[in-house]
Amino acid sequence: MKIFRGGTSAGPETPASSKPAQRLSRKSSGLGELARQLASEEVLCVLDLGATSPANIRYLTERGHKIYSEDLLVASTDPSLATKDEQGHPTLDAKRFLGDNLVYPNAHFDIVLCWNLADYLDESLVKPVVDKLWSMLKPGGVLLAFFHTRDAGPDAPCYRYHVVGNDLLEMQPIVPPREVKHGHTGTTHSAVGGGFRLQRVFNNRHIENLFRDFASIKFFLARDNVREVLVVR
Amino acid sequence: METPKSGEFAHIGKSVVIKGELSGSEDLYIDGRVSGTIELRGNRLTVGPNGQIQANINAKGVVVQGKLEGNIQASDRVELRASAVMVGDVVTQRIAIEDGAYLKGKVDIQKEASKSGSKPEAKTETASPASLAAAAPGGTSSGSSGSSQTSPEQKK
Repeated sequence: MKIFRGGTSAGPETPASSKPAQRLSRKSSGLGELARQLASEEVLCVLDLGATSPANIRYLTERGHKIYSEDLLVASTDPSLATKDEQGHPTLDAKRFLGDNLVYPNAHFDIVLCWNLADYLDESLVKPVVDKLWSMLKPGGVLLAFFHTRDAGPDAPCYRYHVVGNDLLEMQPIVPPREVKHGHTGTTHSAVGGGFRLQRVFNNRHIENLFRDFASIKFFLARDNVREVLVVR
Repeated sequence: METPKSGEFAHIGKSVVIKGELSGSEDLYIDGRVSGTIELRGNRLTVGPNGQIQANINAKGVVVQGKLEGNIQASDRVELRASAVMVGDVVTQRIAIEDGAYLKGKVDIQKEASKSGSKPEAKTETASPASLAAAAPGGTSSGSSGSSQTSPEQKK
C-alpha cells in the first residue's frame, strides 16, 4: 500500500517550489453533489481540512454556513509529534496529534472537506484521523475526499483546493508556510522542499476499508487520475 | 501594510510586553506582545507584523498581520493579512482574508442585528492590497486580482 513511501525530500523540481501561484481549474462531481446540500436554507457546520482558503470561506459564508478551518497537513509537521514505534522505527504520535487537532464535539459537523489529505498525511495518522472524523460528523453527514490513482505517479503535486463554483475548483500547488518545519523522522514526515510528497496510493478496496465505519461511499473517477469520494456517516 | 502614524492610533511598540486586561476607546496598534483580554468596543485594533497576541479580542474592527491566539468578536469587520497566523474563532459581520494567511478556527458571519427583518443593501468595498480576498455572506467577490465584499445577505 505504501507505494510511494520514501524518506527523501521532494526534489527542487517539484512544481510547488517553482510555480507557487499557478492555479488550475477542475470540475468536481463530488463537490457538485455537495453543492446541493450546501444550497439548503439550513445553517450547516463545515470543516475544511485543507490549507486556509479565502475562496472556501467566502463560498460557504455567502451561503450562511459556518466554516471551520484546520490545516491538518501542516499540523502533522509539528516536530513534537515525532516518536518511535515498538520496533524503534520513527513514527508520529497520533494520540498527541489528535489532542492538539480536531478538538471538536462528537456529531458536530454536517460536511467535512478532506480534499487530498489522506494521500499526503503520514501513514500513522491516517486511520486515527478518519476515525476521529467519523465521530465528529453528524449521522448523515458527508465527507469529501480525493485520492490519486496509481497513474498519477509519485511526484503528483499536493494542491490547495479553492471552491470557485458549485462544481468548480481551482487547484494551487502548496507552498509550505514559513513556519512549517521539515520532517525530521526520515521516512514519515512529508513537508519537504516546495511541497508535500504523495505518501501512498489507495485503491478502491483500501478506500472502502478506510471508511468501513461509514454508512455509504460513492466514487467519482475524474480524468486527472484522481478519484473523488463522497462518504456518508 | 504601513505602520500607522502614531497620532492616529495608540501604539504599542514591538519591545513592549503586556499581561492583563487591555481596554480603551481609541484605535490601537499593537506590534508587541499582549496576553490577556483586549476590549476596544467601537474601535479598531491592528496587530502589526511583529505583534504576538494571546488574548480574546472584542472590537469594532480587527486587522491581523502578526500572530494571534484567541477569539475575535468584531462588530464590523476582520482582516487577516497574508502574514497573519491565527488560532481561534472569528465572529464578525465581514471578513477579508489574504491569500497566505493561516487560520485554525471557526468563521461565523453574523448579520447586523439592526437590519433584521429588512433585506440589506449590498455595499461593496475594494480591499487593498489587490490580492485580498474577502468573505461575507451574500457578497460577490473577485478572484486573486482584487476583491470586494458586501454586507450580509440575510438568509433567514
